[in-house]
Amino acid sequence: MEITSHWRIKKQRYALVGEVCPHCAAKIFPPRDICPECGDEAKDHYQFSGRGEVYSYTTLYNAPAGYEEQAPYTVAMVQLEEGPLVTAQLTDIDVNEPEVGMPVEMVTRKLGSEGDRGILIYGYKFRPVLETA
Amino acid sequence: MMANKNKPKNDVFIIGVGMTPVGEHWDRSLRELALEAMTTAREETGAMRPEAVYVANMLAPALSRQSHLGALLADFSGMRGIEAVTIEAAGASGGMALRQAYLALASGMVNTALVVGVEKITERVTAEVEAALITSSDADYESIHGLTQTALAAMLMRRYEFEFNVPEYAFAGFSITAHANGAKNPKAMFRRPIKLETYQRAAILSDPINMFDAAPMADGAAAIFLARGDVLPSNPPFPPVRIDASATAVSAVAVHDRPNPLSFAAAEKAARIAFDRAKINQDQIDFFELHDRYSIFAALSLEAAGFAAPGEGWKLAESGAIALNGQIPICTFGGSKARGDTGGATGVYQAVEAALQLQGRASEIQVADARIGLIQSLGGIGSTATTHILSTVETL
Repeated sequence: MEITSHWRIKKQRYALVGEVCPHCAAKIFPPRDICPECGDEAKDHYQFSGRGEVYSYTTLYNAPAGYEEQAPYTVAMVQLEEGPLVTAQLTDIDVNEPEVGMPVEMVTRKLGSEGDRGILIYGYKFRPVLETA
Repeated sequence: MMANKNKPKNDVFIIGVGMTPVGEHWDRSLRELALEAMTTAREETGAMRPEAVYVANMLAPALSRQSHLGALLADFSGMRGIEAVTIEAAGASGGMALRQAYLALASGMVNTALVVGVEKITERVTAEVEAALITSSDADYESIHGLTQTALAAMLMRRYEFEFNVPEYAFAGFSITAHANGAKNPKAMFRRPIKLETYQRAAILSDPINMFDAAPMADGAAAIFLARGDVLPSNPPFPPVRIDASATAVSAVAVHDRPNPLSFAAAEKAARIAFDRAKINQDQIDFFELHDRYSIFAALSLEAAGFAAPGEGWKLAESGAIALNGQIPICTFGGSKARGDTGGATGVYQAVEAALQLQGRASEIQVADARIGLIQSLGGIGSTATTHILSTVETL
């Protein structure tokens, strides 16, 4: 059981909470406390919008242990509109649908579980942006 | 006899090598594989006993429930009492173990060392191996989303194709060259050449990576015996190979944390340091053992080491420049693609293969007049890179 390791980063998993550097204004996700741009301390929270576009993607057929039941599934690196890249699954999407540059938005979904009786792990995935009518 | 000026006492030499065939060794254990490679390397020195053993391994704790390989292998090989330790830097463990041994010898604190890389992959089914391999990536922000190393490499390959507008099958030459070389390496896992049509028809693993873009993971062990210049045996059966430069660097573990995911920054830095230390440039390299776990890695490694501009590494495969008789031969024993990728042992296989080239012992896959070789191992998706430059010492 790894309950604490998931609990510890719930703000990141549920709400894409990263950081903004008070020195150079760089937006940082995942949070890392030391700004990768200027090297100064950066601990100010920053909530990302969850909107971005697909930087790259692929579909997995050979999943690692613990994810076999989900296969096949599509993963992507998403470039958030604030700048950082984030790795996540794409959801609500056909295998042939994704393309580089496709606009996507964050949703909260089940990422997996720790066995039949284990905890459910929720977190961010990305789906194609739903058009408002 | 050797002239003193040609063997400064602080120089570090490879004086013995050994390796097992790479493959599915169902009948042999981790320690037995390691022992075979260690024994062969020692026999080439006239059975010298090293002062220290550096073990390169990444997966034994996960796949064999066995850590503490330094003590395990020193004991199993009959060398209780000596210094021994395991070095782990994911797929770069082998290169990193060589680096640590080099530091120990160059410092003068250790005179002789045995570096052994060993990996026992086939104890487990593929899903478990994938789960073990992905532990070298970011657990909280990559692996949790069900990523595999192949998926991460596939995303790099797709983005590379997108940004640099490369034609279809641009990477085929890497696989075809590796298999052409591996066909002539008796230790290789795959010993049959492949045709372009074979590559084109291959099943997709994780688009756009197909079966021939990805190296198979398999069991194997390789070892090299290192000695300082001042303790070289006087009449070695094989010419010693000198380590002219040793360098290593890291970049972000997570691919998404890198300013430019299509640049192997660690490899670039390690290569630049190595070239500076050896005081040579790319034109003087006779062959390059790079870490082709995926064909996209081969392209990015060639670019990082300065043999091609960003976005143009694939052209060296298409033009034949990477072939044995080309301008910059790579993966001369088949590389990870055809020899088989032995995880943390890979860097030691590369060192063995480079030494055999420089000693003129590569028979059918000998690079003509090979005098200076470059080897580079990658850990994770290029997060750690180790680079070594090896050379023959003409007047020995």
